Parts: sequence; C-alpha cells; structure tokens
Amino acid sequence: MSVDLHTREIKPLRNTFSHTAKYVGNEKPASRYQEATLDTQPTDNFHYRPTWDPEHEIFDASRSGVKLADWNVLRDPRQYYYATWTMARARQQDAIESSYDFVQSRGLVAKMSDAVRSKACEVLMPLRHVAWGGNMNNSSIGAYGYGTPFTAPAMFHAMDHLGAAQFITRLGLVLEEPAILDAGKDDWLTAACWQPLRHYVEDTLVLQDPFELFIAQNLALDAQLYPLIYGNFVDDHIAMQGGTAVSMLLAFMPEWHTESARWIDAVVKVAAAESDGNRQLISGWVTSWADRAQAALTPVADLALGSVGVVALQEARDALDLRCKKAGLVA
Amino acid sequence: MSNVFIAFQDNEDSRPIIEAILTDNASAQATYPTGLVKIDAPGHLVIRRETIEGLVGRSFDLQQIHVNLVTLSGHIDEDDDELSLSWSN
Repeated sequence: MSVDLHTREIKPLRNTFSHTAKYVGNEKPASRYQEATLDTQPTDNFHYRPTWDPEHEIFDASRSGVKLADWNVLRDPRQYYYATWTMARARQQDAIESSYDFVQSRGLVAKMSDAVRSKACEVLMPLRHVAWGGNMNNSSIGAYGYGTPFTAPAMFHAMDHLGAAQFITRLGLVLEEPAILDAGKDDWLTAACWQPLRHYVEDTLVLQDPFELFIAQNLALDAQLYPLIYGNFVDDHIAMQGGTAVSMLLAFMPEWHTESARWIDAVVKVAAAESDGNRQLISGWVTSWADRAQAALTPVADLALGSVGVVALQEARDALDLRCKKAGLVA
Repeated sequence: MSNVFIAFQDNEDSRPIIEAILTDNASAQATYPTGLVKIDAPGHLVIRRETIEGLVGRSFDLQQIHVNLVTLSGHIDEDDDELSLSWSN
C-alpha cells in the first residue's frame, strides 16, 4: 500500500480577533502588538467599586482630566508587547554585561583618578532614588491609567526605571565600597542641593491624575534629567577626564531615553490633537512641571558641572520645549 | 525582464520586512506558499533599513533579516542601509 502526501493550503477565514479587526481591519493578519494591546482594557460589568475609591470604577477613564473618545489611540510606536520588550531589554543587558567584563578585565576603574571617581559617585548615587520614584510613578500610571495601549508601556517603563536604578547601584559597587550607597542616600535625604529634586519626586508620588503624572515624570523631569546627567555629565564631562568606564557602564540610560522618548512624544501628540481642552490641559501641566523640574535640577547641574551646569540644563530645557512644540503643544 | 525574488518564513519577525519591501517596491508581488512569504519583482528589488525602522519604531540591523530569510534569486548588493537584488551587472 502506498501513501501519497499532499500539501494543501488552508486560508484562514478570519485574520484576527474581531475586537482587533475593529481597529486594523481583517484584510491581513494583525501583528502580535495589535492583538495583545488593542481593545483589551476591561470596560464593563465590574463587580463593585473599590472601597478605597468609591468615586470611580476599578478601571475608570475619568481618573484623568484628559478626555479621549477611545483610549486605544495612544499607541506605542515601538510596538512593545511583553515579548518584544523583554527581548529588546535582554539584548541591552547582554551589551552591558560585556561592558562590565571589559571594564573589569582591564582594571579600567583603578585607572580613573580618585577625584573623578568620587565626583561620579557624588552625582550619580542619589539618582538611584530618582529612578525608584520613576518606577513608582510609572507603576501608578499602569495601575490607574486607562486603556492597555497606554498602561502596558507605562508598566514596561516602570521596570525600565527599576533597571536604571539597578545599573546605578551596580556602578556604585564597582567604583567604591558598598557604603557609597548609604552615602548617596544620606545626600539624597540631607544635602541641600538634592532637596528641591527630592521635593519634586515626592510630590509626584502622590499625584492622582495618571496623565498628569505621565507628564510630570516622563516628560518634564526625565527629558531634562537624562540629557543633563547622562549626556552632559557622564558622556562628556566624566568621560573627558578619564572616566570612560563610567560612560560604558551606564550606556543603557541615554540609549533607553532616546528610544522611550518616541513613545512619550507619540502619546502626548495624539492626546493633545484630540481636542483643544486636552491640548490646553497638557500644555499647562508641561509648563508648570517643566519649570519646576528645571528649578529643582539647577543645584544638581551646579554640583555636576559647576558654572556650565546652568547652560547645559537650559539646553536640555530648550530641547524639551522643542519636543513639546513638535508634539503640537502650545508651550 | 526576469523576476528577482526573495522569500521569508511567514512569521511575526518577517512582517515589517515584508511590509517595507512592498512599500518600497511598487511592482513587487507577494505570494503566500505554505509557511512562506515569497516576493517577486521584475528586474529589481530593494530592502531599506530606514523603512523597516519606521514600521517597527526602533532601530533595526539589516542583518536581522537573515534569521528568517529562506531563499532568494538575483545579484545581491548589500550595505548597512539597504539590500538590493537585481539582474543588472
């Protein structure tokens, strides 16, 4: 008896779920990002209102002053869902691990001068606590925000902040003894130059509106902090004085900041374009939080870069204003 | 004019590459033999890094296409920014 094998092509009748097709059509297969993200927010038939917030349903768009007819419009241009995000971060982690191997096998830390090493620690160690604030705040956006396209990347962003905090910690342990972490915390809590920034971070921790929190943390603060510290201070100032190792070991931060800025700008742009009310609300938040962040970062810029710190910070602020302008805000 | 073609595994990783090719090559035709996506184009076909990056929203190394590349025909001209197939010299 002989068996004939045939291949037969079977065309699927439906290319994706109908709730996904509502957004992207059924003509071609939807991407995993679209299937994992679009219209997956629970919207109806909630049990009872949370006892800790009886004014709102457990998932409630009215927690934010920003009004959108459909929160699924706030898409992430990077199209991160869990798998793509973890794979991207794993690659970056591997790159940092090999930088650590390189730095440690060649004893590059010992080749740095004591002055540069202690300057790097003095400026960077307290920033662990800023990054932790970023982790808390983005977790909060993920918890109280509305619509998976907005909240899922916020949760990824929260974990990225935690990663940034861990990279700073690890750098401290490579540069100095573990006591340097306590010294950084002590500066964060008591040194005068850190108090305005600590005040800023602690005030954002209790912000109730998830979109305002998104602006205050991800746009107003990070868009000035990251270029100032990881651009001007680490990659220019410290690297020029023989601290290239520090720059190598913190390479994740500027890379991640550039990448995530695309997401942040896209969210702001789409939300502001929906209505004049949104645009004015968001512009107001950006202006007031960015002004405050700039003031809070001024003593930090001075600590890091001396007299040119203010100039570097102003450059970061100008770049932020340009981003806002491109995103269609009136600011 | 003879066709050049390139075929990829039909999966999630290939999707932005296919889309980029179809965007950049107006005369290219995609067919879907089982498990594959085969793109035929008369004479010339180009894959541009920039177009793929626009679709995926992050940086893309053109060498990544080789993970899912199954077969191709045509003379290859390849650099960091684009890979092109053609029958010209």
